[in-house]
Amino acid sequence: MEKTPNNKAWLLVIPVFVIVAFSAIIPLMTVVNYSVQDIFGPGERYFVGVEWFKETLSDRRLHDALWRQFLFSGLVLLIEIPLGVMIALAMPKRGWGVSVSLVLLALPLLIPWNVIGTIWIIFTRPDIGLFGVAINGLGIDFDHTASPLDAWVTVMLMEVWHWTPLVVLLAYAGLQAIPEAYFQAARIDGASAWATFRYIQLPKMRGVLTIAVLLRFMDSFLIYAEPFVLTGGGPGNSTTFLSIHLVKLAVGQFDLGPAAAFSIIYFLIVLLFSWMFYQALQRVGTGEK
Amino acid sequence: MSLEWMAWTLPTATFFVVIALLLLGMTIWELRTPSVARKGFLPIDTTRGDRFFIGLLGSAYINLAWLGLTGLSPWFSLLISVVFLVAVIRYG
Repeated sequence: MEKTPNNKAWLLVIPVFVIVAFSAIIPLMTVVNYSVQDIFGPGERYFVGVEWFKETLSDRRLHDALWRQFLFSGLVLLIEIPLGVMIALAMPKRGWGVSVSLVLLALPLLIPWNVIGTIWIIFTRPDIGLFGVAINGLGIDFDHTASPLDAWVTVMLMEVWHWTPLVVLLAYAGLQAIPEAYFQAARIDGASAWATFRYIQLPKMRGVLTIAVLLRFMDSFLIYAEPFVLTGGGPGNSTTFLSIHLVKLAVGQFDLGPAAAFSIIYFLIVLLFSWMFYQALQRVGTGEK
Repeated sequence: MSLEWMAWTLPTATFFVVIALLLLGMTIWELRTPSVARKGFLPIDTTRGDRFFIGLLGSAYINLAWLGLTGLSPWFSLLISVVFLVAVIRYG
């Protein structure tokens, strides 16, 4: 292997190391420190070893929140990735329609997350909300504050509306980057639309779809603001996802030790799944298993 | 600068020092003899760094599984995870 010709590039990376150290590594180390102690206040803390981990691992509420979270993230990926690719495929390739669709699609991404929750509370209210009144007018009894199923439907609709545009933008960028020669070759061979998608567009979108899947998995697994504003985790605990449960534990009850242990487990789950998705998507279409 | 807010304890400090030393050691090892991706008992091609990451992540899960499923001392799971880490780096 040849030696890197200019190692000065490393100097340019130092600011990133410093920023990451302050924004991620030091807080993470602090969380690890908290996770093995019972903390009563500044300077008043007792070492408890792995007690909080044992307690957290056998916590029924955590198990429930975890399954809910997996269901949520699974649904997010199953809906948003195919839908995003389909919309990207249907978008105009040139002309004024490109700018119009890009701006319209980007709008949900520009709205602050807590405002999204408020918009959907009003939108789905059965008395004044456009969606709520319309669907109740059709004879379907819909109220996300009373029925867990309605709460889930609302959270999913909100999430799909909010984040599918990101997948569309990524997929569209991937599609636009495919050289025209591939499509010409496909036309000469008489390839069907499906074959063109399966053997040209989809493999060429692998890079951007990897990013889309990773971003959507991590973001949906860490989701907090939107469902917190919309349902507050209810009705009951039906939309209490991991982060909502964690905030209740850490800020509501001020149980810093258990919350820290919980955070580390949460972090490890996100790390494992992100790594697995990354590995799997790196191998799609390369013939490796 | 007071580090009291970080609530350090001897076990966690030891843990991070060991991780930092391992990372430093891996970096020096990599600079001396750059690793090439190869296939061992793991189902994917891995470089030394990949195997180190897999070993560390696996160790974390071994310890969590031990705490969640058994009532025995965590020292056993620490021992198992060290063996696992070495095995993955060497034969993975």
